[in-house]
Amino acid sequence: MKMVSVSNLKKTYDNFTAVDDISFDIEKGEIFGFLGPNGAGKTSTINMIIGLSRPTAGEITVDGIDVRRQTKKAQAVMGLVPDESNLYNEMDGFENLCFCAALYGMRKEERESKAHQLLELFRLKDAGKRPFKAYSKGMRRKLTIAAALIHSPQVLFLDEPTTGIDVESSRQIRNMIVDLKKNGTTIFLTTHYIEEAERICDRIAFITAGQIVASGTIPQLMDSVSHGHAIQLVTDKNARDVSIELHKHFMGSKVEIHSDHSLVMLSEQRIPLFPVMNFFHDRKIEVYEARELRPSLEDVFVKLTGIESSVLKKDKEKAGFR
Amino acid sequence: MKSWIAFWNILKKDIRNYYLKPPNISWGIIFPLSWSLMQLIRSPDGNILELLPGLISMSVLFGTTSMLAVTITFERSGRSFERLLLAPISLNLMVLAKIAGTILFGIFNAFVPVIFASFFIDLSAVNWGMLLLAVLLIAITSSLTGLLIAVSAKQVFEAQTFSNFFRFPMLFLCGLFIPISSLPLFLRPISFCLPLTYGTDILKGIIMGANILPPLLSFGALLVFAVLLFLICRYNINRKWIL
Repeated sequence: MKMVSVSNLKKTYDNFTAVDDISFDIEKGEIFGFLGPNGAGKTSTINMIIGLSRPTAGEITVDGIDVRRQTKKAQAVMGLVPDESNLYNEMDGFENLCFCAALYGMRKEERESKAHQLLELFRLKDAGKRPFKAYSKGMRRKLTIAAALIHSPQVLFLDEPTTGIDVESSRQIRNMIVDLKKNGTTIFLTTHYIEEAERICDRIAFITAGQIVASGTIPQLMDSVSHGHAIQLVTDKNARDVSIELHKHFMGSKVEIHSDHSLVMLSEQRIPLFPVMNFFHDRKIEVYEARELRPSLEDVFVKLTGIESSVLKKDKEKAGFR
Repeated sequence: MKSWIAFWNILKKDIRNYYLKPPNISWGIIFPLSWSLMQLIRSPDGNILELLPGLISMSVLFGTTSMLAVTITFERSGRSFERLLLAPISLNLMVLAKIAGTILFGIFNAFVPVIFASFFIDLSAVNWGMLLLAVLLIAITSSLTGLLIAVSAKQVFEAQTFSNFFRFPMLFLCGLFIPISSLPLFLRPISFCLPLTYGTDILKGIIMGANILPPLLSFGALLVFAVLLFLICRYNINRKWIL
C-alpha cells in the first residue's frame, strides 16, 4: 500500500529550481532514504510534502490524502523531525512533549501519559524536568524525535536526524528508527551519511541539483552500476608470477595485480570459486583470502551523481560544527 | 474540541513563556506608571482625567505591538513556530491564539494607569463596560498591527524597528497630544486612517465627555479596522509563511 506518493513535484524560487520534476512512492512501513549533498533539494521536498511550502507543480498524497487540497488533514497523520532541534528552550522536556501533543488535540491525561512513555523510551526520564536549553545536542535531537512521535504519526519525516551528534546518540536514533519501522511507521529519511542510509533504508533515492538521479533497493542500485564481478585473492606467492598463468587458465577473465601477494580476477560472469581454488591447489599455492568485491553504496553514489564523496564529507563536517 | 485544546495550550504557553516573565510584567507596570508620573511632574496642575485616555491608549499600544511582533519573530527565527504551522488546526485559529495573549497583556497594561488614577480622582462616572470594550478593540487592532509587523520582519531587531516606525507617528497623529483639528490639513486624512484615533476618541468620550466623533461610529470603525487588519495579516501569512 502506497503511503506517500509524489508525482512530478517541482519547486522554483524566482529563477532557481530547488526541486525539478521528481516522482516517487513510499510503501507503508518502509524506510525510504533521500540521499544527496547540501542544497540538493532534500529539505525543500520534505517541506512541500508536509505542507510548509507550496509546490510550484506536481501532486502529493499521504495516506491517500491530497496534501495540496487538504493540508491540515494530511498533517494530522504526519510527524516531522526538522534538521534543527526546534523545541521551546524555556520549557522542560516533559512540558515540550505535552505542548506538542496539545497541538494535535490530545487531552491532558492522554498527553501526559504519552509524554512519560516517550521520555522513558528515549532514556530522557531524568532530564524530563530540565529546560530544553540545558540539553546536550544528542538529547535535543532525541527529544525532537519524541515530539514528532507524540501523536503516533503514520508517516515520520526525519531531516538529517543524526547530523552533528555523538556516536552513541546516533546509534540509539538509528535503532529507534528501525524499531519504528517494525511497528509499522513509514519513514522518510534524508541524510548525507551514505553508510547510515545503507544500514537502515529499504529503498534509497539519490537526489542532486533538485533531480532524482537513481532510486531503488540497495542491491538494485549496486547492480545499476556494476557490470561485472570481481574476486580478490591473497596468496603466499608473488602475485606477478601467478597472474599470467591464471589469466591463461581462465581465458574469460582479466587479472589485475593488487599488491605483492594480492590479485583481483575480473569477469563478466560470476566467478565460481571451486575451479579457482583447484588451480591454486594443483600448484601448491596457499590461498589465505578469497572474497567477492562489490561496489559500496558510496561508489554507486559517486558514479551516479558525479559528486565525489569528499563533497559529502565536507557537508558532514560543516553540519557537525553547526 | 481538538482545535480548542490546541488554541488554549498555545495561549497558555505564550502567557507562561512570554507575558508572565518578570521583565514583561515589570514593563507592563512600570511603563504606564512612568508615563503617568512624567505627565504629572511636567504639569503638576494638569488634570489627571485629561491625561488618562492618552495614558491608556499608549499603554495598550506599546504593550501589544512590539510584544507580538517580537515573540513571533523570535519563534520564527528559532523555527519553533514551524510546530504551530504544522499542527492540524486552521491558520485562523492559530493566529487568534497568538494574538489572544497579547490582547490580554494589552488590557492588563491599560488598567495600570486607571488603577493609578483612581487614587487621585473620582472615576465613579466612568462607564466601565464601554471602557472595557474600547480597550479591548484598541488591544485587538494594536495586536493585529503587531502581527502585520511580525509577518514582514525576519529578525527580532527588525520587528522592534518596524514597531517604532508604526507607533510613534500613530501617537502624534491620533489626537492624543495634538488635537486633530490643530494638525496641518494634509495630515488630517492620515489621522482618520489610524485605528488609534477612534480608540482614543472613544476613551476621551467615556472619561472626559470630549469625543469629536459619535461613539457608535468609532466602535464601528475599530471593528472594520480589526477585520481588515486580520484579513491583510491572513493574506500575508499565506504568502510569506508558507512559501
